[in-house]
Formats: sequence, C-alpha cells, structure tokens
Amino acid sequence: MSDVSSTKVILDGTHTERGHSRSFLAFNAFFAILRRDIRVTGREFVPFLLQALMQPLFFLFIFGKVLPGIGLAAGNFATLMLPGIVALTGMIAAMQGVTLPLVLDLGFAREIDDRLLSPLPVWWVALEKVIFGAIRGVIASSVIFPLGWVILGGGFVVRDDRILVLIGMVLLTGCVGSTIGLLMGTVIKPDQISLMFTLIFTPLLFTGCTYYPWGALRNIRWFQVLTLFNPLTYAAEGLRYSMVPPIGGHNFPTLGIGWILLLLGVSVVTMFVLGTRTFMSRVVT
Amino acid sequence: MSPNTPAIAVRGLVKKYAKAKTNAVDGVSFNVSRGEIFGLLGPNGAGKTTTIGVLTTAIVPTEGSASIMSVDVTRDPISVKQRIAVVPQQSNLDRSLKVREILTFHAAYHGVPRKTREALADKLLNELGLGERKNEKVNRYSGGMAQRLMIARALMHEPDVLFLDEPTNNLDPQSRLFLWERIREMNARGLTILLTTHDMDEADKLCQRIAVMDHGKILVDDTPAELKKLIPGGTVLEVRAYTAAAGDGVRDAVSGALNAIPGVAKVEMVDEKDSNAEAGALSFRVYAEAANALIGPAAQAVLTAGAEVRDLSVKQPSLEEVFIFLTGRHLR
Repeated sequence: MSDVSSTKVILDGTHTERGHSRSFLAFNAFFAILRRDIRVTGREFVPFLLQALMQPLFFLFIFGKVLPGIGLAAGNFATLMLPGIVALTGMIAAMQGVTLPLVLDLGFAREIDDRLLSPLPVWWVALEKVIFGAIRGVIASSVIFPLGWVILGGGFVVRDDRILVLIGMVLLTGCVGSTIGLLMGTVIKPDQISLMFTLIFTPLLFTGCTYYPWGALRNIRWFQVLTLFNPLTYAAEGLRYSMVPPIGGHNFPTLGIGWILLLLGVSVVTMFVLGTRTFMSRVVT
Repeated sequence: MSPNTPAIAVRGLVKKYAKAKTNAVDGVSFNVSRGEIFGLLGPNGAGKTTTIGVLTTAIVPTEGSASIMSVDVTRDPISVKQRIAVVPQQSNLDRSLKVREILTFHAAYHGVPRKTREALADKLLNELGLGERKNEKVNRYSGGMAQRLMIARALMHEPDVLFLDEPTNNLDPQSRLFLWERIREMNARGLTILLTTHDMDEADKLCQRIAVMDHGKILVDDTPAELKKLIPGGTVLEVRAYTAAAGDGVRDAVSGALNAIPGVAKVEMVDEKDSNAEAGALSFRVYAEAANALIGPAAQAVLTAGAEVRDLSVKQPSLEEVFIFLTGRHLR
C-alpha cells in the first residue's frame, strides 16, 4: 500500500480530545456512510431493480421458455441456466453499484471527498463501497428466484437440501462482484468508461459458464481452461452445485465445491487488496 | 492543551511528488493562531493547494510535520478530521442527496447525534438563506447557493479550523459580500480560518495575517498593513499637472523639482500614452515614507517648474502591488 499504511495511524480505544474513542468514531462514520448508500438506492429502488433484472428476465424467457418450447433447446436447459443467471445478475449488480460511482467520483465529481474527510481510516471508505455493492448483488440475485418461478413455471426446479451452500454462494458472488467493481472503479478513467465496459464486461459475460455448465465444455478443452480464469465460472458452478437437483439419482457434475469456495475466496481477497491499493493511491498522495 | 498553542502549526514541510523534479512545497513553516483569519496567497502552482492537502490529511508530507490543534496530521488523521472542515473551490456536494440531507448525513459521518444535527441543519439553512429550498437536490442550485451550502456543511460538525479554498471565486458581488459577512461572523464565534484567494482586496479585507507563497516557499508572513510597507517608499502621491508649452522641458523641470523635495524616495513619470490624454497633461507618481506630508511642497514644485496643478492624491499601495512586487509579473 502507499506510504500511508507505513505510517502507523492511530485507531484505538483511546479517546480523542473531543470525548469519543477513535474506533467508536470510525465505526459510527462507516455505518453512516453505508446508511447514506442504502438511502440513495432505496429511493431509486425500482430503477435499480429494472436495471438489474431486465436482462435476466428476457434470458429466462427466451432460453428457458421459448427455445425449449420450439424444440431448439433441451427441456432441462432452464434448470442448468437458472444458477448461471443468478450468478451473473448478482455479480453485475454488485459491480455496477461500485464501479460507475467510483469512476465518476475519483475522476471529477469528487462527491466522495466528504466521506474521505469523515473520521475513519480512508480505506474503510473502499470497504464500505464493497459491502454496499455486495448487498446490491445479493438483493438482485435473490429476486431472480421468484422471477424464475413465475417465468419458468414447471421448469423452475431447485434442490432444497443444499440451502446453506446456496445462501453462502449468493453472498460470496456479491462480494466477488463488488471487489472486481472496486478494482475497475479505481483503475478506469472517466473517458475510458464505455471502452472498458465493453472490453471487460463482454468477455466476463460469455466466458463465465453462465449459459452452459463447465463440464459440458470438455470437447473444447482450450475454452474450458480459459473459463477457469473467470471468477464468474466458479460462482455459476457453485450455484449449480447448490441448485440443480440430482438427475437419475446422480448429482449433477460441477467443479468441486471446495475448489469453488477456495478460488472465490482468493478472488475476493486479491481484488480487494489490489482495489484498495489503487483506491488509496488515488485519494491520498 | 494550552489555549495558547497555535491552531495550525507547520514545521519544515516538504512535499515532493513522485514524478516531479522540484519540491511542490519546499521547507514551509508557519503558525496560525487560534481565532485568526489567515490568508495563504500565491500564484498558481505556488504550493498552496499541496500545503492545504497536507493539513487536511489528503497528502502525506515527504518531510517535516504539521499539526492541527496540537494533533499531528499524519499520526492521528482521525482526530484531525474531527476538528477541521474544508470548503473546496469547486462543488463536491453529494448530488444524490437532498440539500438538507447533505447536512444531516455529513454530521452523521462525524457522529453528531440525530436531534442535534436535525436542529443544526435547519438553523444553518435559514442563516445562509437556503431554508426554502432544503428539499431540493443541488442540481438546481446556482454557484452562490452551492458555495453557501458547502459552508453550512462545513459547520455541521462544529470544527475548530476551517479551510476555505478561493471561497468567492466566480460569485456575484451580492454573494461575495454575504460570504464575507458570514466569514467574519464565524471567525467572531472563535473559528480559526485559513483561506486562499487570488482576490487581493478580499485578502486585505478579511485576513488578520497573510503569507505569500511562491515556488514552494513562503516569501513573507505578516499583517496586511506590514506587508504594504514592503513597497519601497511606503506610500505614493499621484501628481497631475498641465503645461501649455511644447516639448519635454517643463516635464523634466517638474520631475526634477519633485525629486528635490526632501523625503522623496523616487519619482516615476507616467506616460500618458492613451489617446484620451489631453496634450500637455503631465502625470507623476512620487514614492515617499509619508506621502501626505508632500502635498504642499509638491504643489509648490509644480508651480515653480512652470506648470499648473490639476490634481494631487495620496495612494496607499494595494496588496496587489505587494503581491506583484514579491512574485513578479511573469505568467505561470
């Protein structure tokens, strides 16, 4: 991290001369900033949902209902695709909640200055963004379930014996998205937004095993290997592991859940550390 | 903490940016006393913004130290942030929030209890003439209103030290006068204020002490009145005269006679090159320690040299002249 972390910043229980301990002040500021983000999103909740759900809605309808209906896709395609849609929607919603506001803020709007001048360690402002982004992702992912139930009707099948893994996967997917969002938001300059979105989003979208299970790629080996570099692959496979019911007494084959959790964890930590570093270098010189 | 310790203390401050050849701030030291309005002046690129950046915890110094109310800015930024407020040049207001929320959330970030912050927000909005439009978003606010709102925001957590970066830049005269009054009021209530400005008139009117910076160093640090004494001779007597005679003979005679008056430091002939100048009009600037004592002798000198007296007036040198005298005329 920049020279900031090398200077030992006081953050302990000792009181400032104004009466509160520094850690009390910092936690208080952190939650006030989180409340600010929740208030703003809450006020625009319908636009937020529309933005997050429009694409999955049509994907579910076309790929889960129309294509199988006209015989162009297998009947269980919807069951295999639904976890991918949950992963994709959560990740994108989390990323969008972090990246765009950060690019604009660090670029020229500087609305974030007021939060940086609040009595908390500067990197907590980045942490707050990540947690808020993850909350957005979890909400967006969760809404896919009722949406899928309505659109797919009988095609909506989810196993209920791995519900804890499912909850964990939804949370983790939100964190993966928001930490990638943090790194992107701190690296991208405002004049590069549209180019970078195309260069990053599109490959992320199509190499993430959202519309196909990873195991089915074994005939295109190089592509199967390539998808392993996309965190979305692990999110989608983990959600398949926890959602797709056994077929003919056999569990649906996915990437190993241990590897999935490990690599998603590694992704969250790496992206957070890298993102926080660039964040710090942008706000403290 | 003794009440006599300075509100801002800067010692041997150096900042070198990673890719820069020279130091942006190059060994700066100064104190700002509690309750003072302190002006930091200097051409663009002089190092003012970097100095303020260090004091507001956004920039880490390469060398030296700085403290706010005896709290070191690099060691304990959290306590420093609790005590300072910053009003930047350009609006950084939160455009996703309503006007009143901008104030209440700011206070919440700083741990001000709900009841206190709600009451304080209403009070400040009314004081700053924004009470009627408190439920709007800032998009529809004019530059002057945004500036007032940023000042209200700064006061929400009752800071000890306020940083104002070119506060009246781009404001209409009404807003400027209004802000000046508010700045004096806040100061009267005990707030220490550090302000930067390019408006020398503003610095002169508001600041109790002024430091002029250039090339990362502080050139002078004194009261406006003392700074004006830096101009050679101190005060200026402007002399306008008239002669019907052609040629430069009378002009040189008047100049010589003015120069001969005891106490005169320097006489400058002002070229009346502009087309409006009447033929035969003469104009001089007489520099002296006490120009007002020269009015009689100067009139006498003009008459003796064979010209008519048109006008005599004593001018105090402006802060602008001091500024140019110290930092030169070249563009940055």
